[in-house]
Amino acid sequence: MNPEPEPEPRLNLCVIPVSAAVLLRLHQRFQFLDKDSRGHLRSEDLEAELSENPIGDRIVGAFFQPGQETVDFPSFVRVLAHFRPTEKNRTRDGVQPEPANSRNRKLKFAFQLYDQDRDGKISRTELLQVLREMLGLQVTEEQLQSIAERAIQEADLDRDDAICFDKFRKSLEKVDIDHKMSVRFLE
Amino acid sequence: IDDFCAYPEDVPSNLPVFTMDYPRIQIPFEITLWMLLASFAKIGFHVYHKITIWVPESCLFISIGLIVGAIMHSVHEEPPAALSSNVFFLYMLPPIVLDSGYFLPIRSFFENVGTVLWFAVVGTLWNSIGIGMSLFAICHIEAFGVQDINLQENLLFAAIISAVDPVAVLNVFEDISVNEQLYIVVFGECLFSDAVTVVLYNMFSFVAEMEVVEPEDVFLGVARFFVVGLGGMGFGVLFGFVAAFTTRFTSRVREIEPLFIFMFSYLAYLVAELFAISSIMAIVCCALTMKYYVEENVSQRSCTTIRHVVKMLGSISETLIFFFLGVVTITTDHEWNWGYILFTLLFTFLWRGLGVLVLTQIINPFRTIPFNMKDQFGLAYGGLRGAISFALAFTLPDSIGRKQLFVTATIAVILFTVFLQGISIRPLTEFINVRRTNRDIESINVEIHSRLMEHTMAGVEDLCGQWSHFYWKDKFMKFNNRVLRRVLIRDSRAESSIVALYKKLELQNAMEILDTVSGDISAAAPSLVSLEQEKKESAKPKKTFMAQDLKNMHNLLSKNMYKIRQRTVAFTSKYALPNDNQPREILIRRHASIRRSLRPGSFQSTIPNSQKYFSLPTGQSLGSKYPSARRNDHETMSEVAYPTRRSRFSQPKRSSSGAMMPLHRLGTLKEVPSTDFLNESQGESFGKVHSKPRTGSSHSDSRFPAHRRHFDPPVDNNNGSADDVRNEDEAEEEQQRQHRGALRPPPSWAAEPRDDTPRNPLLRQPQWNPKK
Repeated sequence: MNPEPEPEPRLNLCVIPVSAAVLLRLHQRFQFLDKDSRGHLRSEDLEAELSENPIGDRIVGAFFQPGQETVDFPSFVRVLAHFRPTEKNRTRDGVQPEPANSRNRKLKFAFQLYDQDRDGKISRTELLQVLREMLGLQVTEEQLQSIAERAIQEADLDRDDAICFDKFRKSLEKVDIDHKMSVRFLE
Repeated sequence: IDDFCAYPEDVPSNLPVFTMDYPRIQIPFEITLWMLLASFAKIGFHVYHKITIWVPESCLFISIGLIVGAIMHSVHEEPPAALSSNVFFLYMLPPIVLDSGYFLPIRSFFENVGTVLWFAVVGTLWNSIGIGMSLFAICHIEAFGVQDINLQENLLFAAIISAVDPVAVLNVFEDISVNEQLYIVVFGECLFSDAVTVVLYNMFSFVAEMEVVEPEDVFLGVARFFVVGLGGMGFGVLFGFVAAFTTRFTSRVREIEPLFIFMFSYLAYLVAELFAISSIMAIVCCALTMKYYVEENVSQRSCTTIRHVVKMLGSISETLIFFFLGVVTITTDHEWNWGYILFTLLFTFLWRGLGVLVLTQIINPFRTIPFNMKDQFGLAYGGLRGAISFALAFTLPDSIGRKQLFVTATIAVILFTVFLQGISIRPLTEFINVRRTNRDIESINVEIHSRLMEHTMAGVEDLCGQWSHFYWKDKFMKFNNRVLRRVLIRDSRAESSIVALYKKLELQNAMEILDTVSGDISAAAPSLVSLEQEKKESAKPKKTFMAQDLKNMHNLLSKNMYKIRQRTVAFTSKYALPNDNQPREILIRRHASIRRSLRPGSFQSTIPNSQKYFSLPTGQSLGSKYPSARRNDHETMSEVAYPTRRSRFSQPKRSSSGAMMPLHRLGTLKEVPSTDFLNESQGESFGKVHSKPRTGSSHSDSRFPAHRRHFDPPVDNNNGSADDVRNEDEAEEEQQRQHRGALRPPPSWAAEPRDDTPRNPLLRQPQWNPKK
């Protein structure tokens, strides 16, 4: 069994990214998901909760480091920490590493849901796959292709038929990511 | 001759060819006519769908009732005596409450049970006492001429009108897909406030008849309150267990299975009425307890029947009640008193608003998701009054001098809230919730990414789960598994596996059809990449999109993207049965895509032909159990032509029948690790079936069975025709039971889909792809 990390006081955000109370709850949740009490989670455990989500497998995949098959508790927390609501009045000093729940990191998380091969770009194929997952069955092939085409056109400046992270971020600049990608009770 | 002639005094000279005997059939006839009339009205509204969007159904029924009442009044006809308190409380109310209780979303409910009870009990008390006191205060104003109403009577009246009715509110809430927390709190509050109101009513009416109120009476009142509430729950749970236990033995008498549900719930209700404890709580608790176990025991058809009948009865009762409300409004003698009635209205709103504010402040710190102002507004504004108040007003004892005034005031409040608030709540909620983004110039990109993020958040929330009451839930689940399920469920293992199995096979068929018909991208999975390459290489010119194209795209996206999962919607739409097509579709597609993605070429070479496939335990034939002849086709076709594909599905271990359950890989059975290794080692000996050619996705294989596991749940509750299978499954059961050594994992909480999918290799039948 993985030893439970000591709940650190809130100041050490860079080390343990959530508060003690939340950490405790997450640990309970971890233990609940870990039905065989192995001390780590496998993808089946996570997928049990996400069966009805069209992109469930991608979300689950985001928890696993490439090549790994299990998630231990610290990694679990680290990934979920991306979804803490952003604090508004955090003082910005250049020394502190970027917290997990900054806008940038949230966007990066979303970006990586598309970019499964981790090449830093959302290729047309990847976009099509995601679209296919998110759209109902009534949408035809051509329609899908046009949508993907348009999406890439809007965001692709360097003509390589893919969306890089900068463009991704730019296209979402008007969207309130902090609000959209936050879970209230991780506060 | 007497049979033909109803009136003995009419001595016919000849044999009467045609006679009429109305009084004999009068009562059933009129009941039927009224019901038909109400149902026609219901049909009528839905013909023009837009009406029901803007005007809640309750308003419409009341209006029709008003019209009919006006007609009846003008011909000086008496309304049917259907509104005696007995008829209402014994015949019309139980179906409604049963409907609400049966389709209560259990998981959300229990997660919020504290809040619900808080609002229901304390809220109703607050409202009653507040309204009562303030009305008493204004009674002293001489101008209104109501000095004769004393405090007890005021309190009694206040209790009557503080009962909240959920009908219109929930209707609107569903359409706007208001957040789950708010929904469940309103729903639960309405359910329990009925119970609380009835208790208060009884208490106050008793007190109203007393001359003097002693302090000990107050204390007794409180004690009685607890007796009533907890007693109701206790009775309900008791009857629920008895019903569940009974259905354990009904496998041979499937036709009357639904009857038990209704009889036991009704019995719970009546027994509670007998002891003057809260019958509403009793029937709700009975339905809650019963549902989970019963739905596992009864056949699929019975399950469907039960649901349909519950909905039907609830619906018709509700319709009739509002209908009569309209009729009676016209035909009773009213006593109107401007001052009293207007102040009643005012206080109703005032106290509800105040109540919600204060109560929310107190309970918010205890909630994981606190209520914000919008939620509070929804709660406050959603306090419509309805049927219960109406019925209670009519059953006021005649000893109360101002009974007519109370009746009139109640009707006024009901009409006002239902019409005004009911109609306006929709626009108001939409107004408050208005999105601030500019909808027209959103780029396609943003729309896609936003939806992706929403799905992600839904997923993350699901992963985080709700963690209040975890401890108790866990304990209960353990108890449930160890004790309750053993006792109450007929055969807590094998039975459902057969049905689920059948359904899966059916669904896999369907999937295959979908794949071929819809020209899915992934169907050409291996060629997708090459297709793209070709496209790139052909250097096609950049496509320009017209504005119209863009608009079409936006439309396409908004119509066809899967909605974010809503935990409540599937179960709580009040006028419709649960509908889980969307989640099912998602699952089907994910399953299909996983299968396809595991279709790598390299598998093909490593399978020695000598391997015996599948799936069936030796000596068993599949064809006899499953109607579709196609299934046999699959077997033969697959064996001959597609050995490779089969291997994909059947996890190693084909040799012994005992090993037919490699489902263990799914990891939901306790014995997983050991059998897993067993599988692996045996698999090895068959020539490395398990080489995993896919890079970077070493967990895909293990994911794969998991998908299948989850294939089942949403499907479970639908109207499969697996009944025949169920009926003939005794033999199968035996076999299954032998194979399944391990205990099934604890199923999730009642309202959720069950996790107990069979992992029988029968599932793994590869599908015959007609294209190939």
